[in-house]
Amino acid sequence: MNDEVLERHGLTREEYDRIVRALGREPSETEIGIFSVMWSEHCSYKSSRVHLKKLPTRGPRVLQGPGENAGAVDIGDGLAAVFKIESHNHPSFIEPYQGAATGVGGIIRDIFTMGARPIALLNALRFGPLDGPDGVRTRRIMDGVVRGIGGYGNSIGIATVGGEVAFDEPYAGNPLVNVLCLGVAPANALVKGTASGIGNPVYYVGAKTGRDGIHGATMASAEFDDRSAEKRPAVQVGDPFMEKLLLEACLELMQTDALIGVQDMGAAGLTCSTCEMGARGGAGVEIDVMHVPQRETGMTPYEIMLSESQERMLLVVKKGREAEVERIFEKWDLHASRIGEVTADGLLRVKDRGRVVAEIPNRALVDEAPVYNRPVKRPAYLDEVRALDVASLTIGRPAADFRRLLASPTIASKAWVYRQYDTMVRTNTIAAAGLTAGVVRIKGTERALAISTDGNGRYCYLDPRRGAMLALAEAARNVACAGAVPIGATNCLNFGNPERPEIMWQFVEAVEGLAEACRALDIPITGGNVSLYNETDGRAIYPTPVIGVVGLIEHASRTLTRAFAADGSSIILLGEGTGELGGSEYLKLVHNRVRGECPSIDLARERALQALLARAAADGLLLSAHDCSDGGVAVALAECCFDTGGLGAVVDLTPELSASHENLVSAATLFGESASRVVVSSRVGDEPRVLELAATRGVPARVIGRTGGTRLRVGVAGAVAIDCAVAEAEQIWSGALEMFFRRTAA
Amino acid sequence: MKFAVVVFPGSNCDDDSYHAAKHVLGQEAEFIWHKETSLKGADVVILPGGFAHGDYLRTGALARFSPIMGAVAEFAKRGGPVLGICNGFQILLEAGFLPGAMLRNRDLKFHCEHVIVRVEQTETPFTLRAAKGQRLRIPIAHGEGNYYAPADVVQQLESSGRVVFRYCDERGDVTERANPNGAVNGIAGICNEARNVVGLMPHPERACEGALGSADGLILFESAVAAMAQEGVMRTA
Repeated sequence: MNDEVLERHGLTREEYDRIVRALGREPSETEIGIFSVMWSEHCSYKSSRVHLKKLPTRGPRVLQGPGENAGAVDIGDGLAAVFKIESHNHPSFIEPYQGAATGVGGIIRDIFTMGARPIALLNALRFGPLDGPDGVRTRRIMDGVVRGIGGYGNSIGIATVGGEVAFDEPYAGNPLVNVLCLGVAPANALVKGTASGIGNPVYYVGAKTGRDGIHGATMASAEFDDRSAEKRPAVQVGDPFMEKLLLEACLELMQTDALIGVQDMGAAGLTCSTCEMGARGGAGVEIDVMHVPQRETGMTPYEIMLSESQERMLLVVKKGREAEVERIFEKWDLHASRIGEVTADGLLRVKDRGRVVAEIPNRALVDEAPVYNRPVKRPAYLDEVRALDVASLTIGRPAADFRRLLASPTIASKAWVYRQYDTMVRTNTIAAAGLTAGVVRIKGTERALAISTDGNGRYCYLDPRRGAMLALAEAARNVACAGAVPIGATNCLNFGNPERPEIMWQFVEAVEGLAEACRALDIPITGGNVSLYNETDGRAIYPTPVIGVVGLIEHASRTLTRAFAADGSSIILLGEGTGELGGSEYLKLVHNRVRGECPSIDLARERALQALLARAAADGLLLSAHDCSDGGVAVALAECCFDTGGLGAVVDLTPELSASHENLVSAATLFGESASRVVVSSRVGDEPRVLELAATRGVPARVIGRTGGTRLRVGVAGAVAIDCAVAEAEQIWSGALEMFFRRTAA
Repeated sequence: MKFAVVVFPGSNCDDDSYHAAKHVLGQEAEFIWHKETSLKGADVVILPGGFAHGDYLRTGALARFSPIMGAVAEFAKRGGPVLGICNGFQILLEAGFLPGAMLRNRDLKFHCEHVIVRVEQTETPFTLRAAKGQRLRIPIAHGEGNYYAPADVVQQLESSGRVVFRYCDERGDVTERANPNGAVNGIAGICNEARNVVGLMPHPERACEGALGSADGLILFESAVAAMAQEGVMRTA
């Protein structure tokens, strides 16, 4: 095998030798293609696997941890919440609409494959700045991504209930599109991606297989090159209608007991689904590609096995139940094609009109894929960027900075985005997109689920370990602010090229930080996705672990939202700041610096805060709750006033810095992003009980003001720093994002 | 009272209409698959929202060929109440139950948000319980809800009182700003000449419970129940 062929398949010489040892012979063309995709970073997690093992994945509620199509946690009433987050970063950069749309389609398949009815979608998006040199391109990408997410989710009829969008230079050449789907399944009937039972038929159902999505690196053999010079786009085209039919048909089939296992054909298509199902069941799978429905003529077994055409499922059903299965799919105008059967030999055997073209032990493809413990090196940039000389900052008027922050795309209202998403189809959405967390009720029960995704790349750039802790803490805090108890998490780890020791160091630090935070907050990780090689022209993105947390609300009617609920309520700040400006939006926006130490976090105190929120919400002591994050307590207070019809507040804050930084005191107090802080409001008379609950849990808490009037007045130690009509502030905040896109149209 | 909710491949608000009729209102409800040819004794027929058959040609264009549509036509001809919501409205237009067509929203974007509609016509089985000029807060969720008809058709609709709902602001004024999609004359819903077939773009089934942000849409379902009860009284009298 010459180097050129190996290079095209993204395989090293050592990996090739390993293939030869696994087979006891030289691989065929088709076999090398199969190995190349299964041993790719995307499918094998070869760079990340050793580290992902450090994440806590068990807990009393965990019904399914990592390793299946999605994770699942027990939510009571005999039900399970099934959820996972996945990235579709690179395709979304190349073709924003279809890249994002197929990302949504892929994660939805992972959820219904588990036997769950998908009920909510969230997406975490990162783009470059909307203005500046790449502004035009970024706006085009963002517009396409948003339309793509909506185009798929709105059509298939799953509500997009939340998520977040942030903007920063390193994402200009590499946007992030991370999509989370949540479904609900009977806890005792989760479906696995397993092939078992010798002689059981293997079915293919869904869209026909085309040449789309065969990855460039693994695309062609020399022979194939000679036959077709045509370059196929690496991004696939989504068909939400086909997926809707698949979704309904599969859920109908799952009502019967005819099904053994099912897996969607996502990355690495037919290859991945066949060998993974076989490996999980300890069985072999034999298929003949002549039975695979094909969209184009003359496709080779290599192409059929590696195609990533969308909306396809692989099923193993009980022998003797074929007619029943076929009837269900036919009702939905789908044709289930029998392409092979389960065997006893543990091999993936691929035939082409009866002739064997590949014969590989499933274990070799799945369990025995290479695992690398790649070298790590602490990046040199860290020492420099962590130093922040606050004395060098020219501090302006807080009132003006406040307005600038409200208009910052990362902070401004994302209504322009989520208005394009169907946020309420299936009539479960209690708190819609744009609030702190998305909340969906579980029909037939009293309960609701709150979900949030978070991850601050800037923090992780300054300190990946602490940044990952902060990401989990913030996502969990956000669901706690809805009155929920966090019960499970899913992670999407977006990083650069792991072959660079500095990037690998970021990755390891982040995973270890995440693991520590999961243990401290008692939130298991039930699955997720790793996205590496997020770089363009050698420039990596900020290390960006995006964490999705699912929380359980016992009484849906007790759901809290961020908006102040009534005139004359007491405003209480839970937690306390220490004037930390490192990595803040304020520092970036006003002083153009991404520097300093990112906020510190005391995980025990964070846990106490979240327990306090759940308790106070359940006891009906709170009228609203909102986390302090980007833009600090000043922005949090403003957001509490928005969507209230202009209800104002008068607040006075305790200075958070010593007098030695006198000129900075106001800015640090107002805009610092110290973690573990929540602005809550309660009826006058209830605040002593809130303070008492806080005291017993060791959470600092202080009444900082009262709602009322139509202006937001925030003082620091008695001196008014911000005094702004809520209507004016809300106009700035709600109109800022749209302005960038109006400019495009002009 | 029995509601039939027709399910086309690609319907995605079928469960929501069913839930509103059955669990919120406490009426009987049944899904009717589009390949069936009988409405199974239903008193009210709902064509739900979604993207029937994928909507790849034109919204609603293929659904009119579904086998069940013959039974729906017959039911409507006999005066049975038919409500088309969103994609269901688009299907009613394509199938010729109602005049006009849908264009893409004025700004070419999908819109999902609560809007306010004014009840213009209470003499339909779906607005019987509402007051003329009553404002309802109901969500929309569509990319093609920009109602269009030739001027003479619009004129006819207006003069014969067949505009059932119109987008308006909080005070009830019909303004350009309150119109989310550019629909002609702010039209959000219309009915046929006999007034038993109503189509509207907003989703009343999503506004039947306070927990979801509004219960204003319930009045359409309650009206249908009242209408059928009245008819029952007349029939037995």
